[in-house]
Formats: sequence, C-alpha cells, structure tokens
Amino acid sequence: MNRLAPKHPRAIRWMHWFNVPLLTIMIWSGLLIYWANDEYAIRAGDATLFHFFPNGFYRALDLEHSLAIGMAYHFTFMWFFAINGLCYVLYTFISGEWRHLLPNRRTPREAWQVVLHDLGLHKEPPPPAKYNGAQRLAYTGVILMGVGSLATGLSVFKPTQLAWLTDLLGGYSLARAEHFALTIGYVLFFLVHITQVLRAGWNNFLAMVTGYEFMSVEVKSHA
Amino acid sequence: MPEPKVVPPLTGAAAEQWSRRLTRRSFATGAVAALAGLSAWRWLTTADRDEGVPWPLRRVLRFNEKLAEGLGSPRGLAPTFPPERVRGEPRTNGTIGLDGAVDGADWSVRVEHESRRAVAAQSIRLQEIQQCPRFDLITELKCIEGWSEVMHLGGVSFLDFVTHFRLATRSGRAPDPAGNPADLYRYVYLATPDESYYVGLDMASALHPQTMLCDMMNWQPLTRTHGAPLRLYVAVKYGIKSLKRIGLIRFQDERPPDYWANRGYDWYAGL
Repeated sequence: MNRLAPKHPRAIRWMHWFNVPLLTIMIWSGLLIYWANDEYAIRAGDATLFHFFPNGFYRALDLEHSLAIGMAYHFTFMWFFAINGLCYVLYTFISGEWRHLLPNRRTPREAWQVVLHDLGLHKEPPPPAKYNGAQRLAYTGVILMGVGSLATGLSVFKPTQLAWLTDLLGGYSLARAEHFALTIGYVLFFLVHITQVLRAGWNNFLAMVTGYEFMSVEVKSHA
Repeated sequence: MPEPKVVPPLTGAAAEQWSRRLTRRSFATGAVAALAGLSAWRWLTTADRDEGVPWPLRRVLRFNEKLAEGLGSPRGLAPTFPPERVRGEPRTNGTIGLDGAVDGADWSVRVEHESRRAVAAQSIRLQEIQQCPRFDLITELKCIEGWSEVMHLGGVSFLDFVTHFRLATRSGRAPDPAGNPADLYRYVYLATPDESYYVGLDMASALHPQTMLCDMMNWQPLTRTHGAPLRLYVAVKYGIKSLKRIGLIRFQDERPPDYWANRGYDWYAGL
C-alpha cells in the first residue's frame, strides 16, 4: 500500500527552483563573455576533436558581440547565485538535512550498485532511503562545484586584489579554464539529473513541487 | 507551495484526494512565481540604459566597484614574474588611434590641468620624460576579452613622471598623495593625438606604483601597433585602460569619458 510522506522541506524546494533560472542566467552570460576569447577545445595531439564552441552554436543562441552586456549580467547575478547557494548550505546544516545528503561509509559501494542497477547490469535496487549513494555523491558534488565556481570566478574577477586565491588555483589563465570546466560540469550534471528524474517518475518529481511523496510500505499481515 | 496546516491523512483515498489538492495548489504557486520571475526578467532586460546596459545592472556594477575600492583595490600590487616567463613578441590587439607614422625623436605629450591658471597647457617632450628614473615591470596583462599574457614593460612610473614635472595638482607643486590629497585632481584623462581612443582613470589608479608610461615591451622598443613611441600601462585595470600612443594627458575633477565605457563596458574595469 501507499503512504503519503513529507520529503523535501519547503526551503529546499524554493532554493532548488530558484537555482534553475539563476544558473541559466549565469551560464548564458558566461557564454557571452567566453565568446570573446573562445580558446578551449578537446584536443588529441594536433587534432582538434571538439572546439568550444562551433560558430553555429553562438549564432543559434545569439551569443555574439555581447561581451559588455554579458559581464554586466554575470557580475550582477553572481550575487543571487552565491546567496542562494549559501542559504542552501546553511539551511541543510541547521535543519539537519545534511545527514541525508553527505556521503557516508556505505556511499561508495552503494553508488556503484546504483550505477550498475541503472545500467541494467545489476538486478537488485539500492536500499530504500531518501537519497541513495549515487545521489549523495551527486548532490554533495554539485555543491562543491558551486564553491569551486565561486572561488575560480572570484579569482578571475579580481586577480590583483585576490592574487593569493588566483595563485592557489594555478594562476589566471588556469583559473579561467577551471571556471569553464565547472560550467561544462553543470551541464553534464543537468543531463544526468533530468534523465534520472524522468526515470524516477511523476511521484518523485512531484515531491520537489509539493514536498510530499507516496512511499510504498510493506503491508503487515493482520493477526 | 503551501504547506498543510493540519497533519494530512496518510493513506487511502483521503490521502489521494489531499495530495491532489496539494498538487494543484503547489503548481498554482509555482506558476505565479514563474510569471513573477518572467516579468522581473522582462523589466530588467528592457529597463532604461545607463551607459549602455540596463540601469539596475549599472547600479550593481557601481556597487561592485565601491566594494572593491573599500577592500583596497588600488593599493594592492599585481603579481610579478621572473623574466623566463616572458615568451616572444607581445600579443597585439586594437589599433584605434594608431593611424599614420610617428616620429619618436620629436614626440611630445600635451599636458593640461583643468582650470589651473599658471600653466593651462604644456608640452613635455618624450626625451624629457625619459630622463625620469627607469622602471621595469614583468606582469600579466589581462585583456577584457579573456586572454592574458606575461610581459615585460619598461619606461618610467607615472608617479615619478607627475612628481618630476609637478603635475596632477591644483597648486602646481609635486603631488603628495598621503600628506595633501586635496591638492590632487580626482581623475586623469589620456588620449591618442587624434583623440579617437581615450581612457579615464581615477587618481589612485593613476598613481598606483605599477602604473607607468612605457617605451619598451619585452625589452624591445615599442612598435607602432603597441603604441610607439609612448604608451600607458595600468596593472590594476584590464588592458582597455592601457592607452597606446599618448598624445594628451589631462588632469581634471570630472570623471573623464572612456572609449570602451561609452560602448557599454564598465568604466572602472578594475582587477
């Protein structure tokens, strides 16, 4: 039988959904800036396998010749992105939600099981819990990526004033590359996240909207 | 997304019904929030332009500037590097205001002070400027486009220049930023001889110990495309402020115009 149970606290739902437009605006304005010096590519020896990004990509999304406006948006919305992320971290610690989110001793093994299960190589599903091992790694990892984006972003934004930070991250041009790589990381995270949400179904998705989820509980036999 | 005020029924048809109502209300809240967000975005993107960008963004950029200044931006030194880090020819970018040949031997810079009576305008010959103590700097130039390059710059420090020629002050005495800051003009305006490229600097950035007038890059005399015979280098700003081929230097209290700021870029452009 099904039992309706609270899942995601209201604060987490709001911050989760706030982050959708914020991250979108940060990535969009970041692309406006990146276009002005689009130097990154995946290379094998002398051959370029993929250039970030093909001209058609910029043209299709109207990202060309907009460095100044891109910087204006990026250096405005960085505040909202940072504040939302900071509130999320504070909330998870104060509310105790972190217990569900941070990896623990069982996490690596469980995460591996989840990967095998999702690829259809392993029959047994992970033990029922709010977040399985793979989720714990993913949701903790993406927060660390957020911290990384703030650190690399600040070090590129103020490389003289925060020279110690820029140094720590390997210098100005490396910090810029790291900032870019993290952004690609968000896009990959997003693709996996959407796939998994689609796989998990409507009831699971609804929990991030309403806060409640129907959980299946084993029916106890009546004496 | 409304939360229940009472403990919801947990199982059975009552739970199903309660869940449906909660779902409807949550999606309605979500839709209102999404619409509010969209109208806020529309408002922002269509807001009146202030120096080329929507005014709320300009406000935040000014706030960022104040915050950076409050944290001591113009006083910190940009990192310096050993000579081995300099590779080959310095990268060139931008040739606005560099049309035509220049005669380095006969070059002079026009210097003006806003409403200074005694000397309204003067001409200082390049050869006189080169009498100031030599100053060398190996640092990383950061272009606003996103590339950076470690390069050597040789010339004289701007502070030595204004001290030697008693510039930048209302009184006509040598500047004393610590002892008599009120004697300093607030800003410097520099331009190419034809004024097709021009930059504005606050006085603190202009007198920063790494701001300099250069006649050498990577231990070679300046080339035309790097701004021969004399260019500016401002370590605490993006490269857009490092004017090439200096023809005019004006000290004034009003914030000067700036070529790229007139095209939507941040006037401050501080690093």
